Amino acid sequence: MIYIDIIILTLLAVTAVTVARIRDLWAAVMFTGIYSFLGASWMLLLDAPDVAFTEAAVGAGISTVLLLVTLALTSKTEKTSVSVPIVPLLVVIGTGAALIYGTLDMPHFGDPDAPVHTHPNPGFVERSQPDMHGLPNVVTAVLASYRGYDTLGETAVIFTAGIGVLLILRREKTSTEADDSTTEGTS
Amino acid sequence: MSNDLWQLAITTEQFKGLYNYWIVIFLMMTGFFIVISRKNMIKTVIGLNIFQTSVFLLYITMGKVNNGTAPILGPEDAHHDDHSHDKSHDAEHAAHPFLNQISEQTPAQNVSVGNEPTAPLEVLAEAGNSGLIYSNPLPSVLMLTAIVVGIATTALALALIVRIREDYGTIEEDEILILDRES
Repeated sequence: MIYIDIIILTLLAVTAVTVARIRDLWAAVMFTGIYSFLGASWMLLLDAPDVAFTEAAVGAGISTVLLLVTLALTSKTEKTSVSVPIVPLLVVIGTGAALIYGTLDMPHFGDPDAPVHTHPNPGFVERSQPDMHGLPNVVTAVLASYRGYDTLGETAVIFTAGIGVLLILRREKTSTEADDSTTEGTS
Repeated sequence: MSNDLWQLAITTEQFKGLYNYWIVIFLMMTGFFIVISRKNMIKTVIGLNIFQTSVFLLYITMGKVNNGTAPILGPEDAHHDDHSHDKSHDAEHAAHPFLNQISEQTPAQNVSVGNEPTAPLEVLAEAGNSGLIYSNPLPSVLMLTAIVVGIATTALALALIVRIREDYGTIEEDEILILDRES
């Protein structure tokens, strides 16, 4: 198990660095899809199949499609710059070092006594099946019932984003239509 | 010198427990680097996506329990006498929440339940648990919400990029700034 973990994590790191280095945007989008899929594979190993499916469908699927559509509507290559980004590199190394220093106090991987496992009282795991009239998947029970209002808010966010995308992309069309109608009216 | 050796021993012991966080932080910093160093807007969105996926991985990796399995209850759990058992379970196993474990119950014995239908199943039902360890479902739930909200923000950002391209004819930040200063 640990070997496949190490292989997937190495591939994730290599893919991320490749995305950072590559200048062809088309290839970068494809590597982003691969990155999402590798992430989904690791989530499956980490006992989170629901998140893995969602990440594979949304991260590797829909996100890639949206990026490709944007590429088709804009440009496919990134402008090359000769200067080495030394300041961003220093900022990133500093932030990363601070975060790694922060992990030294974290509970170890897979530790069953970690605070994240003890502090919301975990009795809900066993209570969820009677509560949900026999629904076996605890993640679904929490998502749709115990945290149902959160999911409702999430739906509102998606709705707002959809309206936003429509309004942003339709403004040009309606203004040209308005121009057409005014020109027609004057002529 | 001995102090150095002691620190090295701690590090090798910690490595197995913490390497997952370190890899995730590396991925996060790669995404952060793309965001702050690249002028191309699509590349910035790609960097944000990588950062975002790394945060998902950070949460999911915290929810893993050793020898655990996905938090999907088996059919034998439906036979529980739930309420009375849950209270005693919470009291007894407050320190080991996701270990719904009989002391000597191993996964192999649990698999053999199908071959010997009555007796072990009764034992399991009386004990009120399946002998399985479940990983924590809460990070999964939070990240499911975050993934969907993330794709919404990505779609909005990409729509803005398409509009910017229509108005400016470019999606490079520095060229857009030059155009703004000229106008």
